[in-house]
Amino acid sequence: MDDFLLRALAGGVGVALAAGPLGCFVVWRRMAYFGDTLSHAALLGIALGFVAGINLMLAVALVGLVLAGVLVLMQRQRKLATDTLLGLLSHTTLSLGLIAVALLQTVRVDLMSYLFGDILAVSAGDLVWIWGGGAVVLTLLAWLWRPLLAMTVNEDLARVEGVPVLATQLGFMMLMAATIALAMKVVGVLLITALLIIPAACARRFARTPEIMAVLAAVVGALSVCGGLGASFRADLPAGPAVVVAAAALFLLSQLFPRGGIPR
Amino acid sequence: MPSDAELPEMLPGAAFIKDPVLIRTTGLTVQFGRRMVLQSVDLSVSAGEVVTLVGPNGAGKSTLLRSVLGLQRPSGGTVWRKPGLRVGYMPQRLAVDATLPLTVRRLLGLWGPVTDAAVDETLGEVGAASLADSPVQALSGGELQRVMLARALLRRPDLLVLDEPAQAVDVAGQATLYALIDAIRRRHGCGVLMVSHDLSYAINGTDRLVCLNGHVCCAGRPEDVRRHPDFQALFGIDPLAMPPWLSAAGPHSHGAATPGCQHTHGSGTKDTHTPKDKPTHG
Repeated sequence: MDDFLLRALAGGVGVALAAGPLGCFVVWRRMAYFGDTLSHAALLGIALGFVAGINLMLAVALVGLVLAGVLVLMQRQRKLATDTLLGLLSHTTLSLGLIAVALLQTVRVDLMSYLFGDILAVSAGDLVWIWGGGAVVLTLLAWLWRPLLAMTVNEDLARVEGVPVLATQLGFMMLMAATIALAMKVVGVLLITALLIIPAACARRFARTPEIMAVLAAVVGALSVCGGLGASFRADLPAGPAVVVAAAALFLLSQLFPRGGIPR
Repeated sequence: MPSDAELPEMLPGAAFIKDPVLIRTTGLTVQFGRRMVLQSVDLSVSAGEVVTLVGPNGAGKSTLLRSVLGLQRPSGGTVWRKPGLRVGYMPQRLAVDATLPLTVRRLLGLWGPVTDAAVDETLGEVGAASLADSPVQALSGGELQRVMLARALLRRPDLLVLDEPAQAVDVAGQATLYALIDAIRRRHGCGVLMVSHDLSYAINGTDRLVCLNGHVCCAGRPEDVRRHPDFQALFGIDPLAMPPWLSAAGPHSHGAATPGCQHTHGSGTKDTHTPKDKPTHG
């Protein structure tokens, strides 16, 4: 196998291992649209990163954090429904990002590679970021696991029981922003949410505890990356979309099995 | 309205408790924007006492509960809690997403370490022993409320705070649930503060009924409060005189044509029913 393919595999699997468990919370907390909004803002982060001359992943994560903060503030106003707010922010930031990228005079930005990923161009430096960042994300998630789970079941109850709800929420948003920054190279800003929620949805079928579901989601994500990259290599498909389609195929396959979980 | 100072004395059975007051609000006021939701509410709950909040929708019952729990910052007044007070809160409705694989046992362990034995014992106490390994989403409304009661009990609370505990529970289960709450209060000696829509069952085990409508309209023993004109203005003339299943289906309006009503009425004056025109419901 070629070096670039091995790097792509290592990068993709690294992202999937972090995205799976985090994605479970996105599914449990019904935050898929929130993930979309954060990832759409990533393009703006890239443009700003170019302008500021800093690491692009860092720039994307920072913009995601700022956006999450803006969202929390706007939610408190309670003037608009959350999905309206998310739609507003999501498409505004995506458009701003597209404009900002177009205005960049000095750098020629390959827009497609940011929108749909450029996994075959993962460098050794990217790998360090992905695996290092992924390890940090998983460690922090394990640390936040119980309060996050308690909050997911009932926020008021968690607050009454002394769970630091606001801090946990901020921590979770930070992890989301970081994961999106890591995943951007693999599947691109338009497809990141798929890597968060499809493996989790697939894992639900076979999980009896939250922890098992998280582990299974990581495994399913890794399998999707392998399958997608394989198909991309053999049939010359665009890699990022191939990974997402592979995940969706695994999801469909999982639906053939009898339910291990709960009838809805 | 009785003042806080005299409340403990009027409680039946409160005399044996050394330091009875668990929580006390003084002049509690909550405003949302310009809207006054709670105005100068004085409320206290003592150990071993069941206090039930009733009132129409929008009366501020939930806001009062949230203030007591520390979830709502008061705009004015104070909320005092006994130092070290442990509160067992039972939210109105627990909506766990179907995608979250969670058994009852696991749910009960989410808020702190508990042993399997403690879980089984507490579930047994609320009559839900067989549910320990069921998925949370598979429970009926009544079962879920019992489990949530067990959850609160596992925290060994001094004060139970229940937000409409019987809301999603069928009629047969409601009486049992309130009886269970009463039994728990007697066994553990904890105070209970609850919101209830239901005026019949809830009141059976209630020591003090607080009728709320933005402010405390009236408060006291249920049998006193129900005769209070403010209470009757809010809930109709003594709604407690008749159980709910009768008041719902019983005295139907005689003005309009009532479908399914087959009996005829004579002159329209009451008490003129003779055995001949005794109501026969289909």
